[in-house]
Amino acid sequence: MAEQSTFVRALHHPSFRLGLLGSALFVLLALISLVWTPHPTDIVDIPNRFANVNANNWLGTDYLGRDQLSLLMVGIASSLKVALLAVAIGALIGVPLGLMAAAQRGWLEAVILRFNDFIFAFPAIISAIIITTLFGPSAINAMVAIGIFNIPVFARVARGGALSLWTLEYVDAAKLSGLSNAQISLRHIMPNVASLLIVQATIQLSLGVLAEAGLSYIGLGTQPPDTSLGLMLKEAQSFFFGFPMQAIIPGMAIVLFVISFNLLGDGLRDTLDPKLTKAGGVDVAG
Amino acid sequence: MQIIEKTVKKTLLAASIVGLSTFGAFASDIRVGMVLEPPHLDPTAGAAAAIDEVVYANVFEGLTRIDQNGGVQPSLATSWTISDDGMTYTFTLKEGVTFHDGTGFDADDVVFTYDRARAEDSTNAQKGIFAPITSVTAVDPSTIEIKIAQPQGDFLFNIGRGDAVIVAPESAETNQSNPVGTGPFKFVQWDQGSRVILEKNPNYTGTPAFMNKARFVFISDPNAAQNAMLAGDVDGFANFPAPESLAIFEADPRYQVVRGSTEGETILSTNNAKAPFNDKRVRQAIAHALDRQAIIDGAMFGYGTPIGTHFAPHHPYYEDLLDTYPRDIERAKALLAEAGYPEGFEATFKLPPPTYARRGGQIIAAQLREIGIELELINVEWGQWLEDVFKTKNYDLSIVSHVEPFDIGIYANPDYYFQYDNVVFQAIIEKLNVTANEAKREQLARAAQRILTEDAVNGYLFQLAKTGVWNTNLEGMWPNSPVEGNDLTAVRWTN
Repeated sequence: MAEQSTFVRALHHPSFRLGLLGSALFVLLALISLVWTPHPTDIVDIPNRFANVNANNWLGTDYLGRDQLSLLMVGIASSLKVALLAVAIGALIGVPLGLMAAAQRGWLEAVILRFNDFIFAFPAIISAIIITTLFGPSAINAMVAIGIFNIPVFARVARGGALSLWTLEYVDAAKLSGLSNAQISLRHIMPNVASLLIVQATIQLSLGVLAEAGLSYIGLGTQPPDTSLGLMLKEAQSFFFGFPMQAIIPGMAIVLFVISFNLLGDGLRDTLDPKLTKAGGVDVAG
Repeated sequence: MQIIEKTVKKTLLAASIVGLSTFGAFASDIRVGMVLEPPHLDPTAGAAAAIDEVVYANVFEGLTRIDQNGGVQPSLATSWTISDDGMTYTFTLKEGVTFHDGTGFDADDVVFTYDRARAEDSTNAQKGIFAPITSVTAVDPSTIEIKIAQPQGDFLFNIGRGDAVIVAPESAETNQSNPVGTGPFKFVQWDQGSRVILEKNPNYTGTPAFMNKARFVFISDPNAAQNAMLAGDVDGFANFPAPESLAIFEADPRYQVVRGSTEGETILSTNNAKAPFNDKRVRQAIAHALDRQAIIDGAMFGYGTPIGTHFAPHHPYYEDLLDTYPRDIERAKALLAEAGYPEGFEATFKLPPPTYARRGGQIIAAQLREIGIELELINVEWGQWLEDVFKTKNYDLSIVSHVEPFDIGIYANPDYYFQYDNVVFQAIIEKLNVTANEAKREQLARAAQRILTEDAVNGYLFQLAKTGVWNTNLEGMWPNSPVEGNDLTAVRWTN
């Protein structure tokens, strides 16, 4: 019931509405591409390459004669997949770390915080390049690389939220009733920091899309014949002078994709936690 | 669209202003862009064309040299006589020549070089050049006598190639990192991953080069190459890696596009020793599935000549076998089914950095997918390609351009990375190597080409075009590549 009203409240937020619309469109395109695309993306049709926007190819074709709209849909799906899994990696490792730090304090918290600082200290994109160079360029390695930089982000948000909760009376009551720190964290702390984490996840998702595009653009992310938005942009670059639309289409898609998720995240944050005024996100795209 | 075009024009204009101002400053220097960085700099110990593209005719010289039309010219040997039986060559050597480290050049250096290349443990990539030699004797310090087992038609051409350049015993071991030759340029430094710098050899006894300094700059990314040209960071590319950009350079008066042809047969290299490619029917099925014109148009924007065998179409011995395997998906599938792969199979496809490989690889993968062959594309750097594919033969398929002239003989070596082992073919090449009669040589060469096509050893795609992009004010570059190399000796600025 409470969540329902939060959602309705959020709908009154203009940027949330806009963001939700955009994000839903992109996610929908990605989901459809899993089962259907207007044209197959693995067929090369050289005579029909660089086609302009037309009835058959709504966004034209690329340098191998592949349908741009189909490629774009598949590209959105793979960019989204990388970003989602990167967020999952960050949340699954970062949140428990943050909750533990808040619950135990003392030396454990110090270790976790220093570990966070350690990861933060690296310029994220450089470290992502190191990881993909060491283990070979691939979508999976890009995912892991981006995911690692999500860990301290989630750890910080979880710890920050949890710390303030640990001072409250109901936590003292839980302590008195004999619950362990882990039980309290799971039952009483976690549900109350969830909204913070959701906001953070939305923001990190948009940054993940951007980071994936960046890595693929320099050849360290998704590899052909798979495609992603960054890879499309990279391939279009060679033809920019002759066929600028080749670059504009994936480029605009990245921009709109990231803006949509950001607006969604901003709207959610404003609604869920009016006290929070500053973004706690870290720009993993450098 | 209007706005974009304007922006593009503005960018071009800005680039041209910057470009013009920098060009003037280097009137006796040249910066040549290259796609591939050589693994080392000793042409007598490596197959990579990039080695010759830096040092051939610039740093190192052979007894003879090949000119831009593929003709044989005197170099360290000023003249020669051939005995009536065609088996003894006597060369008169140029006098007063010194190596770049100051050591003198004489007949003993020639004996050392040839014996080193002929030795059992030789690392020379073209041992075939030296195989017919039975003895190399220094008659006196400026006369050398070479005996060969049988008369041979292309001996003088062969010893003019980069693999047969003369090295000194004092420096042979370190030529890989510090090449010491007799040429008009001497090696200064190699910033690995970036460039090789040469400078004019002041003690050169032949016609001196025009340039005081030559820099070979390695730019593997085609977009970066284009930007480097437009920004004036390099003065030219002997073979520009981005064919899609040539129209831009042709339309721009600051640049000239020099069209020619290379000796580069671009092939779908196939591991003939590895299942399922050890089955001729599988290879023939692949040949039936390939659409050469689509590959040339798609990857090279139409620059390239289709080939049906491992031979240069401009060579008089070329046998036109383009129609042996017409594109026929049904026939290809039938052949695969006969070989026991009715559903096709999966394989890996290792692609080195050049455009023809990376882009052609995607097109070929799509073409082979039509007959059920699913290829996993693996982009590899050049060094990794040499190690994985060329040396350890750990590959299924690859694409590479074989740029050595008249290199059909590589198929006679069962240890070559194709691992093609056909005794009939080996016998033909053996005979070809020792035949001097033109008509007979042609007959043998044509027979050899037919066997390769019949066995569909590799997928034969196209002859690599040489599309040089140069500053308009430069002249003296080779339009064609009869041998691997970027001979800079005659290159000069006209402004």
